[in-house]
Amino acid sequence: MLPRQVAANSTTTTSRTRRFRFNWVDGFLWFIRVAAIITIVVGLTGTIQNFMAGQGPSVEQWRDLFVSSISTGAMYGLVALGYSMVYGVLGFINFAHGEVFMAGIMVGWIAATIMFQNGLWDGNPFLALAIVLVVAMVTSTLIAVLTEKIAYRPLRGSPRLIPLITSIGVSFFLQYAFAGLFGVGLQTYPPPPGILSRDINVFGVPIEGTKLLVILVAILAMIALWYFVAKTKTGRAMRAVAEDKEIAGLMGINVDRTIITTFAVGGAMAGVGGLLWALLFRNVQFITGFLPGIKAFTAAVLGGIGNLPGAMLGGVLLGLFEGMGPLLVLDGLGIPAVSQLKDAVAFSALILVLVFRPSGLLGERLGSEERA
Amino acid sequence: MIEMRRVLRLGLLAGVSMSFLGSIGMVETFNERTLIDPILRMGDLFFYGTLLTIAYFAARGEVNVLEQPEVEMGTGTLTGAGVGLVAAAFTSAFLVLIDSVNVLEFFPNMDQSMIQSLTFEQGIPIGLLLLGAASVVAGALGGLLPALSDRTRKSIWLVSGWVISISLLEVVVADIVESRTVIRAIYAPGGGLRLWSAAAIAVLVVVLSRRYEGRFGSFTTRVRESDAKSRLRRSLIALAVFAAIVLPMLLGGILNELLINVSLFILMGLGLNIVVGLAGLLDLGYVAFFAVGAYGTAVLTSPLSPTVSPELNWWVALPVVLILATLAGLLVGTPVIRMRGDYLAIVTLGFGEIVRILLLSDWLTPIFGGSQGIRRIPGVQVPFLGEVGGTRPELFVYLTTIFVLIAAYISYRAQNSRVGRSWAAMREDEDVAEAIGISTVRAKLLAFITGAIVASFAGALFAAKVGAVFTNSFDVLVSIIILVVVIVGGMGSIPGVVVGAFVLIGVLGGPKSPGLLQEFAEYKLLFYGAILVVMMLKKPEGLLPSVRRSRELHQDEMSQDAWLDRDTGHVLEDRLET
Amino acid sequence: MFKNKSTRLVAALSALALVVAACGDGGGGEDFEAGELGAVTVESGESIQIRSLQVLTGPDATLGIPEDRAVRLAVADYGQIHGHDVEVGTGLDDLCSADGGQAAAQTIVADDQVVGVIGTSCSGAATAAMPLISDDGMVMISGSNTSPALTSDLAGTAGSDYHEGYYRTAHNDLIQGAAAANFMFGELGLMNVALIHDGDPYTQGLTTAFENAFIELGGTITVHTSIPKGTTDAAGVLTEVAGSSPEGVFMPIFIAEATAIAQQKGNVAGLEDVVFMGADGILSPAFIEDVPESAGFYFSGPDVRFGENTNEATEVNAQEFLDAYEAEHNEAPTAPFWAHAYDATTLLLQAVESVAVVDGDTVHIDRQALRDELDSVSGFAGIIGTLNCDEFGDCGAAAITVIQNTDNVYANATENVVFSYVPEG
Repeated sequence: MLPRQVAANSTTTTSRTRRFRFNWVDGFLWFIRVAAIITIVVGLTGTIQNFMAGQGPSVEQWRDLFVSSISTGAMYGLVALGYSMVYGVLGFINFAHGEVFMAGIMVGWIAATIMFQNGLWDGNPFLALAIVLVVAMVTSTLIAVLTEKIAYRPLRGSPRLIPLITSIGVSFFLQYAFAGLFGVGLQTYPPPPGILSRDINVFGVPIEGTKLLVILVAILAMIALWYFVAKTKTGRAMRAVAEDKEIAGLMGINVDRTIITTFAVGGAMAGVGGLLWALLFRNVQFITGFLPGIKAFTAAVLGGIGNLPGAMLGGVLLGLFEGMGPLLVLDGLGIPAVSQLKDAVAFSALILVLVFRPSGLLGERLGSEERA
Repeated sequence: MIEMRRVLRLGLLAGVSMSFLGSIGMVETFNERTLIDPILRMGDLFFYGTLLTIAYFAARGEVNVLEQPEVEMGTGTLTGAGVGLVAAAFTSAFLVLIDSVNVLEFFPNMDQSMIQSLTFEQGIPIGLLLLGAASVVAGALGGLLPALSDRTRKSIWLVSGWVISISLLEVVVADIVESRTVIRAIYAPGGGLRLWSAAAIAVLVVVLSRRYEGRFGSFTTRVRESDAKSRLRRSLIALAVFAAIVLPMLLGGILNELLINVSLFILMGLGLNIVVGLAGLLDLGYVAFFAVGAYGTAVLTSPLSPTVSPELNWWVALPVVLILATLAGLLVGTPVIRMRGDYLAIVTLGFGEIVRILLLSDWLTPIFGGSQGIRRIPGVQVPFLGEVGGTRPELFVYLTTIFVLIAAYISYRAQNSRVGRSWAAMREDEDVAEAIGISTVRAKLLAFITGAIVASFAGALFAAKVGAVFTNSFDVLVSIIILVVVIVGGMGSIPGVVVGAFVLIGVLGGPKSPGLLQEFAEYKLLFYGAILVVMMLKKPEGLLPSVRRSRELHQDEMSQDAWLDRDTGHVLEDRLET
Repeated sequence: MFKNKSTRLVAALSALALVVAACGDGGGGEDFEAGELGAVTVESGESIQIRSLQVLTGPDATLGIPEDRAVRLAVADYGQIHGHDVEVGTGLDDLCSADGGQAAAQTIVADDQVVGVIGTSCSGAATAAMPLISDDGMVMISGSNTSPALTSDLAGTAGSDYHEGYYRTAHNDLIQGAAAANFMFGELGLMNVALIHDGDPYTQGLTTAFENAFIELGGTITVHTSIPKGTTDAAGVLTEVAGSSPEGVFMPIFIAEATAIAQQKGNVAGLEDVVFMGADGILSPAFIEDVPESAGFYFSGPDVRFGENTNEATEVNAQEFLDAYEAEHNEAPTAPFWAHAYDATTLLLQAVESVAVVDGDTVHIDRQALRDELDSVSGFAGIIGTLNCDEFGDCGAAAITVIQNTDNVYANATENVVFSYVPEG
């Protein structure tokens, strides 16, 4: 248990008022837990009743929603990896990671449009997608590494909040730099090549080609990352630096280079996530990175910060919560226009996780400094 | 010694930056404003100013804190000129490329008019020569600067600062000095200073700065050194209060409107200052408390408020709003009590968004008006003056000033009270604070509640001023802007927040309102981002920092300075008294 | 008290400031009798000042920029008034929000020489701007505000945001809601319709107007939901809508969210045969041409079959305007309200010219007379049609059409009118 929690739960402090206060706070937190559970149960019951009565979405519609939510979640998971890795190594939330993600999609759009215009997009779809993937990954990696060099490296060793605030500044700067370069409007990717628009049967469930591709790519990326982190020398170095920077340095690891690599890998993952976004939603705007970025961080926290499988799991779960939550729970409570509340559900999930289980579902993995 | 690699590297950096500024359309837009007629336009200032700055650093070489850079005039100038040349080469290549390849589909700003704006309207190829010449000159000047004596550099800095400021503040000057003839004499008809007035200002500044050299420095030192009760502090505060009373009478509607916006941000900044600056809790959802104040007032006072419509007087509604704010502070503060700093940030951001979404929702429309908002909010009833709202900004500004003073007072007393000290302890090290017996729970909750109350003042005033509340005034952008104001001004410092608000909101503009200069509107947030990053890298304690905060953030440097016995203004032992 | 050097300095400075402020240029004497709202005097060599207040930055700028440009083209086409130039000045930005509108209005009313304003783009901005503009005696004519609250309920009751001096050439959304409802119910025979708004007062006002009209006709609304601005994942909304089994969907939202819905509706079972209809927010090439999935969509909006309609003040017709616009700005207007803004400007200028009292080289424009003149506009031939102003400022031609996009070509779509609606009375 963290020392802070020890102190908080200590009953050896003398003042009566202090004990009273703690019970009050704890009581309020319990109240939230209970209220959340009741809300979810009542909501679910209501939805099931509606379903039985023939109202609301049909089985196919629920199924389609489920598939959509999972694929969105897989994308969140990939972006969450970057947040998780940086937090594990440097101990701060890189707000600008959302923009790293957006940058990949934006520049990928240029590639996609050019290929669409000269026929490559429809002619050789997998090659075209591969090119877009490479472009997105390279862009995201480049932006991630640049921001580390310019804005974060000089701040190593500063009090924790300083890099966080700096990353907010970087986030804004990148958003509006892209807005200035590309204009403020929505940029649309060309429609996915024919093959992908069709439904493919998986275990009897027809899934749209793009969604399937998204899930497959996410799984592949996760495996590649796992291999990289667990088996390669650089990956081991990353884990060592995440564990304890100073000692890793003493052991002969080039800490600076390893940190750059961490950012780069996180950026590359975000680039892959960017491709998935392009496939799923096909639009990008300068503000595209902001909210998904925050949600991806939520996913990282959900799964356990610093924990890579956790980030992926958190992503998928978050996709499910926000995609299906409103219809599954809130609709049953009789709330009108539930789709409006999607983001509120996502954030509530974050708050509830941090109240129920602050270390995330699969447990945190933090460096020595953060664990103190 | 001219280091070619350095020249090349920084020249390339300059070229990229300049091309970037051109590509986002900033040079073109800013060139619509003339600073000195007819020689200097604002766009060109940024364009070549960037180059000049980079050339300065190129010539200065690697900077060691202990040494004064020793740069020889010839070397410096040549280095700078070299940087300028490389930058011009890159930029020219870029422009030629844009001219031949149509990229408008992807980059709508990279059109012919951009090329024109970067080449003094001469186009390729003549314009490129001009660009090259101007770059070499700008670079050379930048490179020359480190070689000059400190005094000369300072004079150049002062002169440029004053000339540019007076040129940009044309609107303010015109508003105060209502005589058209005087304005026409100083400023040119198309905007910008006349050549002679710029020269006159330059001469005046140089003469005055030389005459009072050192006096100003010692004055600021005395201010910083003085403690709260000294006569100096008191006269300064009296001066500020006096200015606050007299200024609105001199200014017209536009500037009073701007002043009100600035004041509202000062108010919210002071509140956030308590939460972030004093208690060290990074609250990114602060706008939620602002919304509680605004919507609370709207629901309680507007006749159009659906369902709950008591139509109270603003003053009667205010205590109710304060209670709501207290509850909100508790509601937000309690779950986050045990959370780490960055988790706290994200969770509070989440709370802010949840509040906004709920206010907008169709579900709660019967109370909060939903998409249609709540309109027809009456202004504040003031005895003898009737209803004061946004239509009478010259009077409303006094209302906001009064609340700013109240908030400043609360802030000041809180800082120096027992709670304030427990906040400081908590900020330093939470676990140690717990161990010595400080109830961090109580401290954190108090911080949130106080912050919420101050924000709700601002919200109530905002609602009365605009007369209508819509949820798009309460998004996460507002929270972040307030944070930037507090940080740039100085965390934990009350005068810092005021200065930060004036500089950022007044000049650049707030998230939903324009600042002094219309041209900045599109690039406002770009600047905010850049300023935040630069401040964090160079001066995280802010522009007008609280002494304690400076000490915290520059611990290493300060001990080093003290050891070297170098006079940076204060030696460590002196600061320990504060 | 005055012993302290700094105090003395302060006192001296403030005395100086007060003196300077007091000495301004005094107004000239007038023989002309101004009405109770005052008047604007334009001396020899000066210009008549009007202002343009539209959304110029941010994601909604595609709506406001064409209007701002149309205002300027109209001023150029109109020419001088009694020998004085007309000046529009720098375009003001209403930021499509209430506080933006108020701040901009403040800038306008600070200048006594301004006679009238063409704006705002967004209804929310007008709500906050009008109290200022109205109090100051000025007039404002909007080319794109459609919220009923700004004028009236078309049945004699003033809207909750109505202020004297407000006019508009755009239609009242009550009309558009009724038109869309009549189309879906009467023309297409749909009994069950789902509604999607996006949290904007304009879109929600329109869906509410539709709901009321549709229910009165005898239909049912299966679900009335919202897709928040900035949403890219439309799966949830679409499932909610599909789950209510509608026959049609009316979604008067903007391009970004409409694009998401159009592109993703194929992923949700049950929406294959559902009719989709949008409104003027997506009546633009950016949606109709750039989003192939928009084929088959219906769009309600102002009747843009301007044909040979010629503005009586400038004798310019729609095609001539579009040619001039294209020549000047290298692109076609990105929103359909350019014609409304053009007509609004000419309406204002013609009214100014009528009420102006010429006194040698000077011109006096009485503000109350200007309002009276605008109140009584009748039979004005504009590009959008014939304009008549009612007592609450609704001057629009009140003709709504429904078009259908069949081949993703904007020009064809705007010609493809499938339904026309003009309210009775």
